[in-house]
Amino acid sequence: MKYLDEYRAREQAQGILGRIREISKRPVNIMEICGTHTHAISRYGIRQALPPNIRLISGPGCPVCVTSAGDINRIIAFSRARPDVIIATFGDMLRVPGSNSSLQEERAAGGDIRVVYSPLNALDFARTNPEKEVVIYAVGFETTAPTVAATILQAHTEAIKNLSVLSLHKLTPPAMKALLDSGGAVIDGFICPGHVTAIIGAKAYGFLADDYHAACVVAGFEPLDAIFGIYMLISQLEAGRAEIEIQYDRVVTWDGNRRAQAIIAEVYEPCDSTWRGVGMIPGSGLAIRQAYAQYDALRRFEIPAGDETEPAGCRCGEVLKGMIAPPECPLFGRACNTERPVGPCMVSSEGTCAAYYKYRSITV
Amino acid sequence: MCLGIPGRIIEISGSVAVIDVAGARKTVSMALLDGVSMGDYVIVHAGFAIEKIDTQKAEETLRLINEVIVKR
Ligand code: SF4
Repeated sequence: MKYLDEYRAREQAQGILGRIREISKRPVNIMEICGTHTHAISRYGIRQALPPNIRLISGPGCPVCVTSAGDINRIIAFSRARPDVIIATFGDMLRVPGSNSSLQEERAAGGDIRVVYSPLNALDFARTNPEKEVVIYAVGFETTAPTVAATILQAHTEAIKNLSVLSLHKLTPPAMKALLDSGGAVIDGFICPGHVTAIIGAKAYGFLADDYHAACVVAGFEPLDAIFGIYMLISQLEAGRAEIEIQYDRVVTWDGNRRAQAIIAEVYEPCDSTWRGVGMIPGSGLAIRQAYAQYDALRRFEIPAGDETEPAGCRCGEVLKGMIAPPECPLFGRACNTERPVGPCMVSSEGTCAAYYKYRSITV
Repeated sequence: MCLGIPGRIIEISGSVAVIDVAGARKTVSMALLDGVSMGDYVIVHAGFAIEKIDTQKAEETLRLINEVIVKR
């Protein structure tokens, strides 16, 4: 397929890897923020193909994984308390374990929990079930937030009254700042997420270069994109530069998608948000504005905060902060695997533990 | 769930388009994009086109990659 296959050419990948080996002298730590990058890097064995002085650390970029235990427990409790409500969720959230159940188990026990590919599907549920309430369990970063916001605007236009959103959306730049401020993992440069940045624009990372002297390259998700993004980062770091560069410029611009930004700003305002493993990060969430209060599930229903207890023995929190790699978790591949996941990082298709487990024997 | 995939617009009417994604036809909302037309390539995420693919830049990226390799 066009704009995919040509970025998967093995020969070129080897060529760039060779260049990286030539120019890379000093030890560097590079974090890939996005779960889709983690998967591409694992799937194509990029981590193993790099010289040992380049360490790739996976970050908190899987929306399912960073959803706090409390926010999972609270939707489960809500679904039990309100059997009359249809809960619309992205498929990846279904299997994530809360403290004593998951949405999947709740569904098997009779809860009306429906998987959507697009938030617009929830609009269909609302239209065809006028006697029911539909609540979108809205997790996701800046890529997903405008799709849910556009759905709210559409509901508004059509005067649909039985749809609301539990907004757990999270913002990437505040989390990157929090990671650097926490002084945990040492990070010299970031592979910034391609599609999040298509929305927010590469200029959103300016503070990382200016205030933290972190090199940033916004990269695409095909293997050549990721490897070339790493080449660009190493070129910066070897020259002592810390700049914002865009490798994925066929999709990403400096200013981003202004229309999507306007729709986000119309519907939401920034709020504090709790990230699994990291805790509360100021200004890292999106709450629904007063003007759209009727679409805010938190205002429409009683949805008390849930218990934040993590699954026993699971070290997802440290994985998400880049403090440990998944194989350092004693449960990895033993008690915890993709068949029987213990924590969200193994459940989600974009989770770091799942990526490491699924592609554990791959080399380039 | 964060996946965005490239596809080509084969039909467009108002804020809805039909997009060819690797041979499969998907109906997608254009509510988040301005100034797209038939034949354009876009990135699709969660039922919405979220950004246009700049085909000229796409070629340039490949050329740049080849240049860096040849420099060896
Ligand atoms: S391997 Fe399993 S238990 Fe360990 S951190 Fe990952 S998800 Fe949690």
